Amino acid sequence: MNLRETLRVALSALVANRLRSALTTLGVLIGVMSVVLLVAIGQGARTEVTGAIEGLGSNLLFVLPGDGEFGAAPTRSQFTLEDVEELERELPGAERRVAGSVVGGEPIQAEGERVTTTISGVSAGYLDVVVREVARGQSFAESDVAVGRRVALLGAGIADRLFPGQDPIGRTVTIGSIRFRVVGVLEQVGGTAFGPDRDRDVYVPVTAAQRLFATQRLDAIFVRATSTATVEEDRQVVEQVLERRLEPDSFSVLSQDDIIGVVGDILQILTLVLAAIAGISLLVGGVGVSNIMLVSVSERTREIGLRKALGARTTDITRQFLLEAMVLTGLGGAVGLAAGIGLAELVALFAPIPAEVTLWSVLLALGVSVGVGLVFGVLPARRAGRLDPVEALRRD
Amino acid sequence: MSSDAVLLEALDVTRTYRLGRDVQVPALRGVSFQVERGDHVAIVGSSGSGKSTLLNLLGALDRPTSGEVRYDGRDVRTMSDAELAELRNRRIGFVFQSFQLLPRLSAVDNVVLPLVYRPGGRRERRERAIAALTAVGLEDRLDHKPTELSGGQQQRVAIARALVTEPSLVLADEPTGNLDTRTGDEVMTLLEELHSERGTALVVITHEAAIAGRATHCIELRDGLIVGDNGGGA
Ligand SMILES: Nc1ncnc2c1ncn2[C@@H]1O[C@H](COP(=O)(O)OP(=O)(O)O)[C@@H](O)[C@H]1O
Ligand SMILES: [Mg+2]
Repeated sequence: MNLRETLRVALSALVANRLRSALTTLGVLIGVMSVVLLVAIGQGARTEVTGAIEGLGSNLLFVLPGDGEFGAAPTRSQFTLEDVEELERELPGAERRVAGSVVGGEPIQAEGERVTTTISGVSAGYLDVVVREVARGQSFAESDVAVGRRVALLGAGIADRLFPGQDPIGRTVTIGSIRFRVVGVLEQVGGTAFGPDRDRDVYVPVTAAQRLFATQRLDAIFVRATSTATVEEDRQVVEQVLERRLEPDSFSVLSQDDIIGVVGDILQILTLVLAAIAGISLLVGGVGVSNIMLVSVSERTREIGLRKALGARTTDITRQFLLEAMVLTGLGGAVGLAAGIGLAELVALFAPIPAEVTLWSVLLALGVSVGVGLVFGVLPARRAGRLDPVEALRRD
Repeated sequence: MSSDAVLLEALDVTRTYRLGRDVQVPALRGVSFQVERGDHVAIVGSSGSGKSTLLNLLGALDRPTSGEVRYDGRDVRTMSDAELAELRNRRIGFVFQSFQLLPRLSAVDNVVLPLVYRPGGRRERRERAIAALTAVGLEDRLDHKPTELSGGQQQRVAIARALVTEPSLVLADEPTGNLDTRTGDEVMTLLEELHSERGTALVVITHEAAIAGRATHCIELRDGLIVGDNGGGA
C-alpha cells in the first residue's frame, strides 16, 4: 500500500473517532505549546538582558570583588579610592577613564515625598566613563569629590517623583539623615525589563557616600578603554596594577563580553531547563497517544485480520498505525506551535519581554512531536502488525 | 505428482492448536487432497470437525503444524510474510460466514479494499469495484454502508470483494450460514454462477446436502480426518 493510501486510511480512522483523536492530540498540543512559549520567553529575556548590558557601552571593563566564579561566597571589596588613582596614573590617555563607585540603598526625601532607592557614590569621572549625560544643571566637579561636598545628581525618573512639575536644581534632598543639594538631572535612559531602573539612580560624590555608608571601600571600579581593540590591553594593565596592591583572587576584571557571555549562558541554561520541563508534558502526551493507539488496535483487531486476509503485509499494517500516531502528534504539534507563538506574542504585549520565536524551537517542536508519534506509536503498531489473521478474524 | 491442472495441494496436513502449556487440540490429523483449476469443492462435516481450520490453511492465513500446503508446487511454509500476503491478494478470494465488511466504509470502498494492496490508481480501483458490484447485482447500492444493506446484500458485497481481484480460487466458509434459506440459495447460486462463468475454483464449506451435491468434488471431515472423498483428489 502506498503512502498516500496509507495516509488516507489513517486520516479516515482518526476522523471516525473525532473526539478521541482531538483529546489525544491535546496532550501533545499542550506539550508543544509550552515548549514554544517557554523557549520564546527565555530567548526574549536573553536578548533583553544582553541588550541592556550592551547599552552600558562595549569598551567598558568592570572590576568587581571576588574571583569571578559563580556560586562562590560573596567577597567584601578591598578597593579604595587610591586604587582608582593608581589605575588612572598607569593607564595611558588624556581623558578620564577610571571611576569608582560605592552603592547603597537609602531613603531619599524631598518635601513630602520619600522613596528608597539606590544611592551611588561615584568619583568625578564616572559619568564620562559609563557615558551618561546630564540633561539639566551640571555634574559635580573634581573639587566636590575631593572635599566630599553634599551635592546630588538625580536620575530623570526620581527627579520627577520627588519634584513633580518643578525644577529640582538648587533644591534640597535628604538622603539618610544628611541633606544634599541637587545640582543636576540626568538624561533619561529608559527602562529595560530586567535589572534596576537606571532612571531611579541618585549619584553623589563618592567621598560623601563613603561617609554616609560609613566605609572606606569602593564596591566597583569601572575602566573605559579608548577603543574596543584596546580592551584586552587595558585589562592586563588593570590586573597587573591591582595584583600589586590587592590580595590575589580578591578581584576580577570583566569585559562587557565576559558579562554578556556569562549572563547569556545562564539564561540559555534557564531556557533549556524550561524547555525540558515543558518537554515532560510532551512526553506525557506521547504516552497518551501510545495508550489510545493500543485501544485503537484492539478495537480494530477484526479489521486488521481482514486486511491481512485481503493481502496486507505486516509492514502495511504497522506503517498504517505508525502513520496514524504520527498524524495525531504532528497535528498536535502544529496546532500547539501556533498556540505557543500566539501566547508568546500575547505575553510580549503585556510584559516587557519580547517574544522571540526561534526557528530552532519551531523545527524542534514539530520534529519532536512527529518523533513522539513515531516512538510512542511503535509499540501499538508492531502489536497490530503481528496479529494473527485467523485469530483476529475470530474476534467479535 | 502435481500436473499443470493442479492449483493447490494439501499433503498430509496436520494442525494442532495449543491451549496453554499442556493442552493440545489436534484439529487436523493428516489431510491430503488436491484442488484443480476451476474445481468446485465442497467440504462437509459436523461442527468442530476441522473444516474452518482446513480452509484457513488452504487460504494461507495459517500454516500447518506438519505436512505441506502447496500452491503451484510451492510450499506455503517456505513463504515469507510478504509472499504470503501477495498470494492471498493475487490468488485467493475469501467469503466469510459473518461477511466481514468494514462498517465505516461504503459498499464500493469495501470492495476496493483488496485492491489497495497492489499497484494501481484510485480511479481504476473504483471502476473495478463498481464492475464487481454490478456483477453481483448491487450497482444501485454502491454508496450504502453495510448497516444499510440486508444480510444477503452484505454477502453479495463480500462476494464482489472476493472476485474483484480476479483470484484463481475463492474460499467460502459457510457463506450462507447467517442467511435465511431463500437468501442463502440466491447467494449460493450467485457464487456458483460466477465460478462457472469465470473458471474460478471454488471451495465451499457447507452443511447443506444440496449445495454439496452440486460440487464436483466433496470432502467429508470427521475429527480432523477425511472420511469421504468423492472423485478427484490425492
Ligand atoms: N484458535 C483455536 N484455538 C484452539 N482450538 C481451536 C482453534 N480454532 C479451532 N479450534 C478447535 O479445533 C477444532 C476444529 O475447529 P474448526 O476448524 O473451527 O471446526 P469447524 O469449522 O469444522 O466447525 C475444534 O475442536 C475447535 O474447538
Ligand atoms: Mg467453522
